[in-house]
Amino acid sequence: MKKNNPNRSGQNGELEANSQLSEFALRRRTFLQVVGTGVMITVAGPRARAQSGRGDTRNAVSARLFLNRDGTITALSGKVEEGQGPRAELTQAAAEELRVSASQIRLVMADTELVPDDGITAGSRTTPRNIPEMRQAAATARELLTELAARQWEVSPTALSVTEGVVRNSSTGQKVSYQDLAQSSELESLFENAVRTTTTVTPVADWKILGQSLPRPNARDLVTGAHQFPSDIRRPGMLYGKVLRPPSFGAPLESVDLSAAQAMDGVVVFQEGDFVGTAASTTHQAEEALKAIARTAKWKLPVHRATHETVYDHLREHARRSDGRVNGNGSVEEGMAASEKTLSETYTVAYIQHAPMEPRAAVAEWTDETLTVWAGCDGPFRAQNDLREAFGIPAGKVRVIIPDMGGGFGGKHSAEAAVEAARLAKAAGKPVSVRWTREEEFTWAYSRPASVIECKAGLDKSGHCIAWDFTNINAGGSAIDTPYSIANTQISSVGSSPPLRQGSYRCLGATANNFARESFMDELAAATEADPLEFRLAHLQNERLRAVLQEAAAKFKWTDRRKQLASDRGIGLACGTEKNSVVAACVEVLVDKNKGTFKVTEICEAFECGPILNPSNLLSQVHGCIIMGLGGALTEEMEFKDGSLLNAAFSRYRVPRFRDIPKIDVHFLENHSIPPAGGGETPIIAVAPAIGNAVFAATGIRLRAMPMRGLKGRGA
Amino acid sequence: MSETIRLVVNGTERTVQTVEQRRLLDVLREDLQLTGTKYGCGEGQCGACLVLLDGKPTRTCILPVSAAVGKEITTIEGLAKGNELDPVQEAFLEEGAMQCGYCTSGMILSASALLKENPHPSDEEIVSAMNGHICRCNGYPKVVGAIRRAAEKGRS
Ligand code: FES
Ligand code: FES
Repeated sequence: MKKNNPNRSGQNGELEANSQLSEFALRRRTFLQVVGTGVMITVAGPRARAQSGRGDTRNAVSARLFLNRDGTITALSGKVEEGQGPRAELTQAAAEELRVSASQIRLVMADTELVPDDGITAGSRTTPRNIPEMRQAAATARELLTELAARQWEVSPTALSVTEGVVRNSSTGQKVSYQDLAQSSELESLFENAVRTTTTVTPVADWKILGQSLPRPNARDLVTGAHQFPSDIRRPGMLYGKVLRPPSFGAPLESVDLSAAQAMDGVVVFQEGDFVGTAASTTHQAEEALKAIARTAKWKLPVHRATHETVYDHLREHARRSDGRVNGNGSVEEGMAASEKTLSETYTVAYIQHAPMEPRAAVAEWTDETLTVWAGCDGPFRAQNDLREAFGIPAGKVRVIIPDMGGGFGGKHSAEAAVEAARLAKAAGKPVSVRWTREEEFTWAYSRPASVIECKAGLDKSGHCIAWDFTNINAGGSAIDTPYSIANTQISSVGSSPPLRQGSYRCLGATANNFARESFMDELAAATEADPLEFRLAHLQNERLRAVLQEAAAKFKWTDRRKQLASDRGIGLACGTEKNSVVAACVEVLVDKNKGTFKVTEICEAFECGPILNPSNLLSQVHGCIIMGLGGALTEEMEFKDGSLLNAAFSRYRVPRFRDIPKIDVHFLENHSIPPAGGGETPIIAVAPAIGNAVFAATGIRLRAMPMRGLKGRGA
Repeated sequence: MSETIRLVVNGTERTVQTVEQRRLLDVLREDLQLTGTKYGCGEGQCGACLVLLDGKPTRTCILPVSAAVGKEITTIEGLAKGNELDPVQEAFLEEGAMQCGYCTSGMILSASALLKENPHPSDEEIVSAMNGHICRCNGYPKVVGAIRRAAEKGRS
């Protein structure tokens, strides 16, 4: 089923007209229209409902699964598919526990009218939170269906089992399919139960569908061009909208003359305070109108002092050290005093952009006072809330649908284009599509924070680290705690005054923290002339982290290769843990000392995130992390001056391409002693420090700033 | 000024009424509803907007629609023969060579043009033919794998 079929939303007016019906009934009616005749199985986690804010059935039953009369099942999730694979994995979770094939599940995602509020899609939380919820709901549904059959046959449900969507009684040979059970008049009331926390889900060892490489269910639509991304949605009479942007961040509009644009045939021009936009039946026309307006616009330019070069001094100057978060153990002062040798270094990480291939996009349509928006953002309910606030209308009057979209990487928590499209659509009296340009996406989307990380450490006589003082300014506390066993630590994350709009990114501040920590650990190892692998292991008790470190080193043949390095090659390693997963990477670089350049030739990564839900999808996620990590490590940096971005284009902001890809070797360790953890973020954090450490091994030059562009000016 | 322009798209003649400076990308998407062709950068850097013009991979975000007159345009929607997918499309599916899938149309069209010209490319030849495509999900290894796989299909 195509959940984003735009032809469907014409029903909205009708839904609102029936407002005396309970929300449940409305939702059910919507379903009947969406999926044809069917019976709703109303099963959902109380959490999902509690968060939905709709208030009607808090802690009561709600809809997560829906058994259709043809025996197929519609599953519902508030998660968004942006390329990380939740569509396949949630489908697998439902199929596994219902004992049906994956092809019998149709998953509806991210439509506020139909799905529970599962929060934003971020932080690797789909795997530890939403997959278990789906499994629990599906297992409950299976149990309820089994009980229904048991009542019909007057036997105990414990005598029955389900395989391939058929409930069987092995002693009598009786059987009944879900499709037959779906005709029962009892079904609806039966499933108005809450999800049973007592129902046991299938143990990993018995998985038949989870743990397999199920392809993305709508993959065919992606290779044929049939899938409609948010920027592809089209509505009858739709116009294309453009929004006027200031020449620098935060510049208020002083004056503007709209008349030339207003004189253009078929162009809608709208202004409300600083918001100025145009809409027309082609993008070209909307752009022409906007250009005419932009020529007349006068802006009050605020003073922006920080540039991409001075940003680190700026962050340090404005660091709010007194209200930072401080963790630690022992006494760093005493540890330092007792040390034989102390080291102190500072690392920096640049501002970078997510730059998903699909820039922000949204289509908004008003029908009477009801707003429907198709948007490319990762939080359908958050977007609903933004729209509700922007227009002062109740949540029930705003429906947000997130079609599977073109990437996000933590960069699409916000729904700017949705609000812009809705403003223009309201003014135009017609649906409007707003699709940000690449330049807009670079400039106006929030970025990954730059940061300064200050590290101090003390080593005792035996070369063991006994004091660790670590402060991150501006990147946040993700993965800031050291996984190494050190007697005296003081670890803090402090805020600053960021010169750019900043926010989440794949693995948040963990990349910055791990870059600094793993580079600095390497510096400590070098200071004691220890092998970087041995040095880490000597400080490491975390068994899972030891296991991936040893696996990566073994597969890479670390110890042998360290002995026989050619003079133009270097190898380095790094590890880290975040979001309940562990990663280690070994890297080889090839250095051209004359040119002062280097190239990453090989990356071997070992990763463990508990039981693997979908190996092929996980491999894609890890590839994505490693290669995205190369961009931040080597080339990506937002350059800015006077409050504007100097490189808001792929021709000036260098992201990884085919030619940059080294030999990549990925090894998964499977650990069944923990629940599945997400895999789309943590594999990014070991890449940059392993590269820096490899460059050091080859040259003796320590690169302490991401991106590590080369060796020029660093003694090479 | 608006003019009548005739285009041959996926084997069918289509007529559009448009100013001729509009880029082909927008005409395909907005006038012909062929939204499989994507916008990614608008400066010829990423390949999301790539179509085949007389079989040649061409970026439509920097091409005025008038430049496509008299040429055969093949978009991703026109690559399969009815329900039968092109071997490159099949190989992308089998390899799972897409994450978000936004870059996929352009990648598939480029790869199909590459294999027409060079049915058995080396990895180096694949990389150099595809280097003008950006995938921000960074699924490059599986894309190379898919193209290899499609070439294998051609062999058998
Ligand atoms: S959109 Fe045309 S090359 Fe990027
Ligand atoms: S698959 Fe997402 S951009 Fe390539």
